[in-house]
Amino acid sequence: MKTKIQNRIALTTIRIIALLVVFILMFLLGDILIAGVPHISWHFLTAPSQSFTSGGGIGVQLFNSIYLLFLTLIISFPISLGAGIFLAEYAPKNFLTATVRMAIEVLSSLPSVVVGLFGFLLFVVQMKMGFSIIAGAIALTFFNLPLLTRNIEESLTAVPDLQREAGMALGLSKWRTVTRIVLPEALPGIITGVVLGAGRVFGEAAALIYTAGQSATNIDFTQWNPLNSASPLNLMRPAETLAVHIWKINSEGVMPDASAVSAGSSAVLIIAVLFFNLLARLLGNALYRKLTATKNR
Amino acid sequence: MDVGKYNLNENNILNFSPEEHEIAIATQNLEVFYGKKQAIFNGNLQFERYRITSLIGASGSGKSTYLRSLNRMNDDIAQVKGKIIYRGLDVNSPKINVYEMRKHIGMVFQRPNPFSKSIRSNITFALKQNGIKDKQRLNQIVESSLKDAALWDEVKDDLDKSAWALSGGQQQRLCIARTIAMKPDILLLDEPASALDPISTSKIEETLIELKKKYTIIIVTHNMQQASRISDYTAFFHLGHILEYDKTKHLFTTPKITATNDYISGNFG
Repeated sequence: MKTKIQNRIALTTIRIIALLVVFILMFLLGDILIAGVPHISWHFLTAPSQSFTSGGGIGVQLFNSIYLLFLTLIISFPISLGAGIFLAEYAPKNFLTATVRMAIEVLSSLPSVVVGLFGFLLFVVQMKMGFSIIAGAIALTFFNLPLLTRNIEESLTAVPDLQREAGMALGLSKWRTVTRIVLPEALPGIITGVVLGAGRVFGEAAALIYTAGQSATNIDFTQWNPLNSASPLNLMRPAETLAVHIWKINSEGVMPDASAVSAGSSAVLIIAVLFFNLLARLLGNALYRKLTATKNR
Repeated sequence: MDVGKYNLNENNILNFSPEEHEIAIATQNLEVFYGKKQAIFNGNLQFERYRITSLIGASGSGKSTYLRSLNRMNDDIAQVKGKIIYRGLDVNSPKINVYEMRKHIGMVFQRPNPFSKSIRSNITFALKQNGIKDKQRLNQIVESSLKDAALWDEVKDDLDKSAWALSGGQQQRLCIARTIAMKPDILLLDEPASALDPISTSKIEETLIELKKKYTIIIVTHNMQQASRISDYTAFFHLGHILEYDKTKHLFTTPKITATNDYISGNFG
């Protein structure tokens, strides 16, 4: 009888805690969305921002955020894939790899503002990149790399050794076993990690303030030559992202509709991150089905 | 069954006379070390072609270690010394292309480990990696190897379903099919039925008895009945030593040494 009551108490407590977490999250989300969604319109999403008058949009910032994210992933994914495969499949257990692991751990707990200032000193000032998208992308790579590497390593390690033995016993080389058997099986986990990391990168502000800069220069969406300074694709132009924009209007915005722009931008940011999470799940599952020919997970 | 002339040496190890028996693979002075701990001492065994040979012994006796050494699956975790003679080559030599060798000496593991792919891809995957692209030929191999593994009738309509949808016994037979699709000479099986129920086990046993017409089979088993049911020869392992190797019938009815007798009659610690 006593164990039954104990069990019930424990279960109820856990349920209450879980509900509490859900409630807090819903409250936060609801508050931001209710305040921001009414302000979202096609004009708001596409128009350039205004510094002193009302009616500005976030078109440039939104594009900058997406472009920066894209660049960050292009730089960080191949590096972390290689590092993750090495750590999970090849790395011998010795002092060197232990040090590498520790470095990754330290890097992942580095405050993003420190990453930003480091990027400012090294890329913006020392390497004379100026406030630019590329400096921002490299700073975000520092920020993203440890998490992504960790995620890839863990996804690979989670694949049972039996699968590796199966491949080896069929005469496949280790490399083929890793890339054709282990990697596909780990892919859903990797994709999920990449997209979740993308959500984090998308919302990052502190690392970008001093690297990608705080100004959204006017860009010409008809000019797609990356070497033209007005082109959206230009790597060397300063680029204020959505998250930096929110920070900026809240700290020094002087436009009359600052609070509305801030609320709208926050809602857009949250919706984008939610979308990333949803995408992570859908993509992960779809890939898993395709690669494993199973109906469902 | 009549196996012709053979003799037992002074260590109770059967030696074949080459005129009467074709030897598929043999080890000479095989020794395996895990770090400083020696797991196999003085492994001298010959395996006759198109026969089933069982390796029996208690847990930790080294039988799996011995088996896994035969196609170098222990390379990363243990040190293997001595010779493994296959077709006049020393498989244990560093010059051997292990990946090529493993296509000749295939292995099936204790727990079914199909790839997370469809039943068809499980079989065609390694073939495609080896450059067989012709669809028709691949389909033929899928069918013939599944038939050889006695799985065809059960899965022929579901070839594109996931291998994980199969039962444990079917998965294990799929793993056998996948291995024989590579057309190996020798099939190594590491307790292939120990994770399966009795019905699946007997299916695997029937399959193996069919397969020995085409393959040389070496099987590690904990199940004494299994060894006596299916194998022609049996080797008894004890603490890393091979204490006795004989025709299965002789080893189980008139063991030469007490340790073997104790083990097969269950009087063992």
